[in-house]
Amino acid sequence: MNKWIEKNFGKAWMALVYAFLYVPLLFMMVFSFNSTRQDANFTGFSLRWYEGLTKDTKIVEGFWLSLQVAAVTGVLSAILGTFAAFVLVRYRRFPGRTIFSGMVNAPLVMPEVVIGLSLLLLMVGAQNAFGWPERGLLTIVLGHTLLGMAYGMVVIQSRLMEMNRSIEEAAMDLGARPMQVFFLVTLPNIAQAILAAFLLSFTLSFDDVVISEFLSGPGVNTLPQVIFGYARRGINPTIYAAATLLIVTVTVVIVGYSVWVARQTRKREREVAAAMRAETAALAAT
Amino acid sequence: MTNSAFPVPGKRFVIGVPYTWLFVFFFLPFLILVYISFVDMGSDIHPFKPLWDTTTGVLKLKYENYWSIFRNGDNGALFETLYIEAYMRSLWYAFGTAVLCLMIGYPFAYFIARSRPSVRPALLMMVMLPFWTSFLLRVYAWKGILADQGIVNQLLTALGIISEPIQMLYTNVSMLIGMTYVYLPFMVLPLYANLVKMDFRLLEAAYDLGTSPFKAFWLVTVPLSKAGIVAGFMLVFIPALGEFVIPSLLGGPENVMIGRVVWDEMFTSNNWPRATALAVVMIGLIIVPLAIYYHYTGDAADDKK
Repeated sequence: MNKWIEKNFGKAWMALVYAFLYVPLLFMMVFSFNSTRQDANFTGFSLRWYEGLTKDTKIVEGFWLSLQVAAVTGVLSAILGTFAAFVLVRYRRFPGRTIFSGMVNAPLVMPEVVIGLSLLLLMVGAQNAFGWPERGLLTIVLGHTLLGMAYGMVVIQSRLMEMNRSIEEAAMDLGARPMQVFFLVTLPNIAQAILAAFLLSFTLSFDDVVISEFLSGPGVNTLPQVIFGYARRGINPTIYAAATLLIVTVTVVIVGYSVWVARQTRKREREVAAAMRAETAALAAT
Repeated sequence: MTNSAFPVPGKRFVIGVPYTWLFVFFFLPFLILVYISFVDMGSDIHPFKPLWDTTTGVLKLKYENYWSIFRNGDNGALFETLYIEAYMRSLWYAFGTAVLCLMIGYPFAYFIARSRPSVRPALLMMVMLPFWTSFLLRVYAWKGILADQGIVNQLLTALGIISEPIQMLYTNVSMLIGMTYVYLPFMVLPLYANLVKMDFRLLEAAYDLGTSPFKAFWLVTVPLSKAGIVAGFMLVFIPALGEFVIPSLLGGPENVMIGRVVWDEMFTSNNWPRATALAVVMIGLIIVPLAIYYHYTGDAADDKK
């Protein structure tokens, strides 16, 4: 009896929640092909909103700016996230460790409004004192990296914690210098997590509105800022077209990444199994 | 031997890089924020006055920025300002969102955790996928869906449930739908992580001893997943409290949350000291539930290593 309830109620509940999660995405994909501005009746198929997208200079410029910001943020966050994760996992004792751990994690819980506001105050202060930096790409990157670094650190930290230290020790015993150990042993082992950190902070940056709103200068607008401006004014199917392109891109990247990870894991398992077999064979031979 | 592969100068470098970065771009801005919240509003092009009054040589903290959050004028009633209203509304929306996410997300996470192990990665990926596509665009879609002439109203009219469109957009309804929609994955993932580790033989034992499924759920499953519930609740509540985009797109003038108020004080009223004071109080609102959370869970996560 309760098996039956669980099975069918469970399936129905899951279907409903997945529908809730995907209806907005499907809605935008469908109405991006609509021939009129309406978004309740499908009046006919057309590509006019996609054409409009390529002709909208604000959107095109915003897209390139966002791409640059996200790429730099992704790289910086992955590097700084690796540093921070390494410090937290490997150095248990150093003066100021508690403050350090607090500072790395704080951006995860701080409202973006507060992060944006306080960084804006710093930038204004720096500009008054040194006449630099001009608000724009650089300041947006700094804001996004603060957030991206924290998320990247979490991803890399968990990988670093589950990593087997004995292979590093083996490398050291065989005479590798610390730098060699890091670049030849540690780094390849956490490479997957670093890539994940890059993707995560890239996405966060590419998607962020709030921090960019605080830190961008006049006339410098990222893609989400442009969309946010349009969105507050009302219905604009051009945004649906942009959304559709984004959804397709993200799906391809995520599915591709998952397949790659699964393949890597299987490959490693095969290699381990092969090594084990060779080992047993060698043992048996003696 | 030390606990590190690196000799001392290397260790200094590895710690120094992220430390310096965080000091300059996190700690320093935070100090400036707190500083400005204690000074007078400036005049002309200067948004604030220095703390140190050069004419009288007196160092004076201005508490007025904080006082003005809690009462109107010097003799006004306490806690009856627009700011307090915005704080209360933010707390209410954040709490409502967390409760809705829990109600929808708990059974959902439970059923994923009880599904066949081979399909779980795919099911989880389907939760994560919308999360990776633009947050802004997904919120925007609801604007079209919930509009007076949108598909929900059209559908309800066609089914004869309502005779004329009901207003959902720019109300509590659209706010809660939008926020629940955005934050649901934050609830599902920690709950799933917790439930998937649960030993379901305990449930079977309860059934064998004659407990009804409903009672067994409340007496066995829920208490065992308490950590996941609390974690999910915090992960939804905290970011929801500072939400800025959703009220701007799906809310009306009556649904203003505190993030927007900070923005308006900063850029519309140009009152930097008050904007920063509001932000400091906002941090306080977040630290309290976090402190309670850490008090009960212990900062085990950080010390376990």
